[in-house]
Amino acid sequence: MNAHMPPASETFDCRVAFAETLIALARADARVVAVCNDSVGSSNLTAFQKEFPDRVVNVGIAEQNMVGVAAGLANGGFVPFVCCASPFLTGRALEQVKADIAYNGYHVVLCGMSPGMSYGELGPTHHSIEDLSWLRAITDLAVVVPADPAQTEAAVRWAHAAGKPSFLRIGRFKVPSVSGGQGEAFAFGKANRLREGRDVTLVATGTMVSRALEAAEDLAARGIEARVLNIATIVPLDEAEIIAAARETGGIVTIEEGVVSGGLGAAVAEVVVRTHPVPMRLLGVPGFAPTGSTAFLLDHFGLNRAGIAAAASELKG
Amino acid sequence: MTLDLTQPPLPSEIAAASRDERARRLKETANAVRRSIVRMIDAARAGHIGGDLSVTDILTTLYFGVLKLDPANPLAADRDRFILSKGHCAAALYSVLALRGFIDPALLDSFMKPLSVLNGHPNRRKVAGVEANTGPLGHGLPIAVGSAIASRLCGGGWRTFVVLGDGEMQEGSNWEAAMAAGHRGLDTLCAIVDRNRLQQGARTEDTNRLDPLPEKWAAFGWEAVEIDGHDHAALYDLFTRPRTGRPLAVIANTLKGKGVSFIEDRVEWHHKVPSADQVALALEELAR
Repeated sequence: MNAHMPPASETFDCRVAFAETLIALARADARVVAVCNDSVGSSNLTAFQKEFPDRVVNVGIAEQNMVGVAAGLANGGFVPFVCCASPFLTGRALEQVKADIAYNGYHVVLCGMSPGMSYGELGPTHHSIEDLSWLRAITDLAVVVPADPAQTEAAVRWAHAAGKPSFLRIGRFKVPSVSGGQGEAFAFGKANRLREGRDVTLVATGTMVSRALEAAEDLAARGIEARVLNIATIVPLDEAEIIAAARETGGIVTIEEGVVSGGLGAAVAEVVVRTHPVPMRLLGVPGFAPTGSTAFLLDHFGLNRAGIAAAASELKG
Repeated sequence: MTLDLTQPPLPSEIAAASRDERARRLKETANAVRRSIVRMIDAARAGHIGGDLSVTDILTTLYFGVLKLDPANPLAADRDRFILSKGHCAAALYSVLALRGFIDPALLDSFMKPLSVLNGHPNRRKVAGVEANTGPLGHGLPIAVGSAIASRLCGGGWRTFVVLGDGEMQEGSNWEAAMAAGHRGLDTLCAIVDRNRLQQGARTEDTNRLDPLPEKWAAFGWEAVEIDGHDHAALYDLFTRPRTGRPLAVIANTLKGKGVSFIEDRVEWHHKVPSADQVALALEELAR
């Protein structure tokens, strides 16, 4: 019995849910501040700034200082949400993320906006396909990738209450709702099993979740019943659900809008090889992208309904 | 027992003392800190002795005369913040924290030993009184800027002091932070540059020139003051003067290895470990 939602036609920019939730939290908690790098617009903070002009700390185009300032604000009792395009937050300020936030254990919420290939034609300098790989290697940092607005809101609320450092990957590329009617939209550290299946498991995160659900439809038409997992918490990974997928479906396809080395696919593979080895296919971005829109590039790299279904069919063949 | 000063002064005593008496007691305390540093590095057979000795008078003046802190409540919300950006000089910080009552002096003997809480760079999650885990250079000033913004935002009123190495000023992140603090007029913030003119491999001016350093800070919107970084009374006066509307940059001219004749101003003593004879000689010089 499949409880999944049919792919919806309406799509959403998760930055909207992010900003609305942040404002709601700020109204209730004077400790909430936004820290950004000249990114009020691109982080969708305009309404926040209008309501809380003193609680936006815009340090200008200076990402290393931005993350250090967030650590200092946390030291001073605030709960900073650092809002910055993911390539620059995680690339430019990686040592600050490691040392100032994770190693210090400061309760700072690092919000990587517009990740993956959101910036399409702007090219690989502005793509953030390495962020999950880099951040997975940092101890004491939760890494969360919401797949739709409902998960985004729930993840932001979790991060606010977490009392420890976290990274939230907040999508710009519009996605349909995938968590409606599925009970709790986001439980930290828990995968959402969106579709039952015994033949193969599609393990997806972020923008790829709705596409995995679409691929499962096509696979069902071919007689392959695919389980679909939405992994919103990359660190810590829901190992029990991965092990169950390996044992019960015998094959796993991972799908992520990022490099495979070190990302979701690698995280799942690490669990599978030491618990219940099964064949896997790891789908992701193979390298620096050519020029193209986000939608074009996702199709170009086979990160779509047809590409995911083909990989799963091949695995079962 | 690494400490041999049984009755370090209380900040209230330093504040009430005459200028000469204040200088005398701070100097006596600083020398005890220096002896502790030498013993810790001798026991660990590792450490950064040159920078520890150059920053000692600054740390002693801050902790015994300036910072509003309560060792019994090290995380009090409105405490003054001190961040040692040059985290490799942890032995100096640990010695001061022990003398000031934040940590058990017996701990100092474990410096850098396996599983000791006293790592070669400080860790706030393990050592009371440490505000930030530092070590990679160019991190302390941005954190201090965040602390000063927090002080203003919540009306806490606390002051934030951060000590940077001069070589560290070659890190770009410091100039990002200096620009932000100047722009915001964060006058509860004081950055002190331990200007000993030596970095690990050579003199700063032969490596990547820093001068004119005060002018650079001033150009970023700070009030920049040059001072003798070993003059306790002058440091005290500067640190306790009224706010001016601008952040304060103190270029503290120091000698790397200050107090030990054969270490002073020698580049090879960045993290060299003294022999037994040299330890004895150093302790003798520091007892005077």
